[in-house]
Amino acid sequence: MTQQPILAARGLVKRYGKVTALDRCDFDLYPGEILAVIGDNGAGKSSLIKALSGAVTPDAGEIRLDGKPVTFENPIAAREHGIETVYQTLAMSPALSIVDNMFMGREIRRSGFMGKYLRKLDKAAMEKFAREKLNELGLMTIQNIGQAVETLSGGQRQGVAVARAAAFGSKVIILDEPTAALGVKESRKVLELIQDVKRRGIPIVLISHNMPHVFEVADRIHVHRLGRRLCVVDPKSITMNDAVAFMTGAKEPPSDLAAA
Amino acid sequence: MSETASKGQDYESSLSSASNRVAEFEDTRKGLIHRIQHALHVTPALVPLIVLLAAIVIFALTLGSRFFSPGTLTLILQQVQIVGILAAAQTLIILTAGIDLSVGAIAVFCSVIMGAFTFRYGIPPLFSIPAGLAVGTAIGAASGWLVSRVKLPPFIVTLGMWQIVLAANYLYSRNETIRSQDINEQAPLLGLMGERFQLGGAIITLGVVAMIVLVVVLGYCLRSTAWGRHVYAVGDDAEAAELAGVNRHRTIMSVYMLAGFICGIAGWVMIGRFGSVSPSASTGVVGNIQSITAVVIGGISLFGGRGSIYGAFFGALIVGVFELGLRMAGANAQWTYLLIGALIIGAVAVDQWIRKVTS
Repeated sequence: MTQQPILAARGLVKRYGKVTALDRCDFDLYPGEILAVIGDNGAGKSSLIKALSGAVTPDAGEIRLDGKPVTFENPIAAREHGIETVYQTLAMSPALSIVDNMFMGREIRRSGFMGKYLRKLDKAAMEKFAREKLNELGLMTIQNIGQAVETLSGGQRQGVAVARAAAFGSKVIILDEPTAALGVKESRKVLELIQDVKRRGIPIVLISHNMPHVFEVADRIHVHRLGRRLCVVDPKSITMNDAVAFMTGAKEPPSDLAAA
Repeated sequence: MSETASKGQDYESSLSSASNRVAEFEDTRKGLIHRIQHALHVTPALVPLIVLLAAIVIFALTLGSRFFSPGTLTLILQQVQIVGILAAAQTLIILTAGIDLSVGAIAVFCSVIMGAFTFRYGIPPLFSIPAGLAVGTAIGAASGWLVSRVKLPPFIVTLGMWQIVLAANYLYSRNETIRSQDINEQAPLLGLMGERFQLGGAIITLGVVAMIVLVVVLGYCLRSTAWGRHVYAVGDDAEAAELAGVNRHRTIMSVYMLAGFICGIAGWVMIGRFGSVSPSASTGVVGNIQSITAVVIGGISLFGGRGSIYGAFFGALIVGVFELGLRMAGANAQWTYLLIGALIIGAVAVDQWIRKVTS
């Protein structure tokens, strides 16, 4: 590819005590693509994602957004750069409502006196927006937008988290296991949403263990092993079996695919 | 899109004919009890309000107009004004899944600062009162910093702060009381919160007004501003809130500082209520437990993130109604403590039951 990556990382290192989670890891995400990240449990996928989304600060290495070096001190900083993340834990407050959760940290205030001086939230506008976004995702099984997140099923919660990222992500959307807790039908909705977001021109990083899903939507697959990028493969030219073999170390990737 | 999926994985083709009907959850548990449970889940301040009204009705029926008169009912308000204000501060802390054992001590220390600044250094009360409020805020900031940055448990931080502030209070005041005569003559502004006015048979003090205004303002802030939502989110699951984009440190700092400031107001109200400034006021020792009692009876979860400040206000009033009602009925004062103890346990039991609505 001759294009410049929209989000890139070089030589990321992250250690937790004696455990090295990221070992000089590289990463490239190109505009408009869906990049799947696969790897065994403990390969360091989550650490990579957390470094890219600002949840952890790498010990060494560089992250570049649009070619410019950036450092994210916290998730808010990454978000301000247009990077939205759906974490495996979903990062929702169970006792708060769907709307409160969707707008957490970016609430809409009323216009005029009430909003400016009394900082009153515009709940009606937020509800309307949240409802639209959930409908787009086909999450109409949610009866009441004001209900607490803890009253939702696991799949519904995941749907709300994905809707939140899709609604606000402007540059990059990172999805960590977005279909792990979903039924067949809900998974399909999320995959359709991923395609939909791609059509809007926003690149997606998809972390998943679900090979059929990965091979269906990904343009490229980043295989993560032992804390670093083992290789990047094209899902059209290799089989799922090969991908799993690379990822588990059962097979060495062909040398022309291996990452530098 | 099914080209990439091989035959064996073609498990989704039947989806096109799947029911598109929105899942409707027929609520089979339509019983009265379930409906009550749901109502309580949505409006957590309802339980203490019901208990409060029931207590007033029972005392009104048994004691008659001796209890159920504007004078007596407003007397209750006057008696709970300090605890009510401290409970407002306590509510903020407990909503963030913390606990503040130092609220009473801060209140007493702030009142001492206001008094000493006025009488020892001759600073006009117009400045010594803000100075006392500033000291309260600063103590809150210190606790907040220790909780948020040093990551010490709030219980430990405020247990230490309670002792430190109380000791500082005795050392600084040299254990001297400022007499009400002097306050009335030289610095009436210090006693402003004790100013009373009559509405019919009801007697309202400015301290009571301050308490009610405080509860209403905080109720608004917690419900209708982004800050309030962040306080709940941090108390509910601090890590999730942070990942979702809440500045946890700033939220916790603001809560502890505001709680310290409110304790300062409680100190000012104390001067009005007692007429004098006394470093050995009992609030310094029992204010923390009294405020925690009000908050717990008010249905606010000690685990954070759940409850309403109105609940804490009703909780403070419930304690006040019990105290005065039982005293009027001629009961031994121990009955009050016994009943309040039962109420605390009952309130937490109800809280657990309400939360079952979610599972």
